[in-house]
Amino acid sequence: MALCPTEFCVAQNALPDDPTPAPLHTTPLDRWHRQLGARMVPFAGYAMPVQYDLTGDLAARCKGGVMAEHLHTRTHAGLFDVSHMGQAMLTGPNVAMALETLVPGDIVGLKPGRQRYTLFTNPAGGIIDDLMVARLADDRLFLVVNASRKTIDFAHLAENLSETLTVMENRALLALQGSEAAAAMARLSPEAAALPFMGIAAIRIAGVDCLVSRSGYTGEDGFEISILAADAETIADALIQQPEVVPIGLGARDSLRLEAGLCLYGNDLDELTSPIEAGLTWVIGKRRKMNWDFPGGRAIRDQLDNGPVRCRVGIRPDGRAPARGQTTIVAQDGTEAGVITSGGFGPSVNGPIAMGYVRKDLAADGTRLNLIVRGKTIPATVVPLPFTPHRYIR
Amino acid sequence: MATKNADKRFTKEHEWVVLDGDIATVGITDHAQEQLGDLVHVELPDLEREVAEGESCAVVESVKAASDIYAPLAGKVVEINETIVEDPSIVNSDAEGEGWFFRLELDDPDVFEALMDQDAYDEFLETL
Repeated sequence: MALCPTEFCVAQNALPDDPTPAPLHTTPLDRWHRQLGARMVPFAGYAMPVQYDLTGDLAARCKGGVMAEHLHTRTHAGLFDVSHMGQAMLTGPNVAMALETLVPGDIVGLKPGRQRYTLFTNPAGGIIDDLMVARLADDRLFLVVNASRKTIDFAHLAENLSETLTVMENRALLALQGSEAAAAMARLSPEAAALPFMGIAAIRIAGVDCLVSRSGYTGEDGFEISILAADAETIADALIQQPEVVPIGLGARDSLRLEAGLCLYGNDLDELTSPIEAGLTWVIGKRRKMNWDFPGGRAIRDQLDNGPVRCRVGIRPDGRAPARGQTTIVAQDGTEAGVITSGGFGPSVNGPIAMGYVRKDLAADGTRLNLIVRGKTIPATVVPLPFTPHRYIR
Repeated sequence: MATKNADKRFTKEHEWVVLDGDIATVGITDHAQEQLGDLVHVELPDLEREVAEGESCAVVESVKAASDIYAPLAGKVVEINETIVEDPSIVNSDAEGEGWFFRLELDDPDVFEALMDQDAYDEFLETL
């Protein structure tokens, strides 16, 4: 058997223009992860924990490993280091209007203290990246973008906007996720625990200045906490001292987001995929649909009016064998149907799950398809997303 | 758990082999299961299949990824362990015992001796 410790990275970071060059960057928690028994793998140019072999008190809560970490996050709470992601501040008197020239979301209508999921689109209507935009003040937007795309995104912003872009390279980003995340957070900061879904505020936790939002990437309730790199261990320690919380690796982060039906840039989204095809029509602000004045607006409008050629759907393979990304999908009549873009095993679903793009006429829930896995045909069914219901606080 | 069997042989692809007459029992090593993490799916070769040395003939899937299992020696598949198909976690809990994969009737049982013994495999792991 070929044991490749970087299989995860290869599978999940299969951007043709990203050869995951050595040497790897490290996050401010690199030493912290290793002390807790993390297995580190390369991901988007960073050494990241893929899973943990937990010991001591933490092992009593969760034995570690992708399966246990995934389930622990759903039933209790998990702490994720997502410091590899790009953080930046965009400032200027008309900053919201300026950003709207690059994204289809309603940013002008975003109130201070609120954040929103949006996309950088290209002139053809493809997706350059997906990101979170938070309105910290009238003249200040906080952006969080994908690690694998941050160089491209920040160059795109700098080229196209005259507003001041400050890339925050000296910061860490932690995510506390899970059904008991709020209970754990409440002990450290009742103010943070009281944030509404997609709310964001500057809050002091354990003596540290934090920028806390009520959001995440698991489908569970939770928080994302931006802090100075030097404060990362203080906050991470304070969080794992809570009895609900254990550290969680990228392996479970991926299976959690897949069960939640959330897209991973590079797998499910790319520059040749439109928001309509991706099922992300909802990110286009109501007001933005009056003028379609964002990159690719015309192409995206045409697609919305005429229907896209292909759609992102949820797929349940029959049986137990996972169908991974790049698996070919064939219609029952033998014609080409599409391709799986993210696939694996869902620990909470307790079975194989996948997302992929299929021809429009094959996208209805219940449609039977065939997957070609290692030369064998595995029947599968189109199912609604998410696989696991979202449990965001409302 | 894994017993340090003097008659057990190993490959660099992290399979173990035990020989009984001309029948070889094959599985993946404890090190391999540990590296793969939680297994969720196992595919075994068809009975009667003739496999060449080094031929891919089984697959294990962890939550993270799929990995091929190669035939450590040439022979015919005469038995497969259906219990690990039903419950792949047996491979995690007892890789070098109850978690065996398949049995081969070897074309040439003498080649078994050419595989690494436990000490050689342990030394090999040190180099990884």
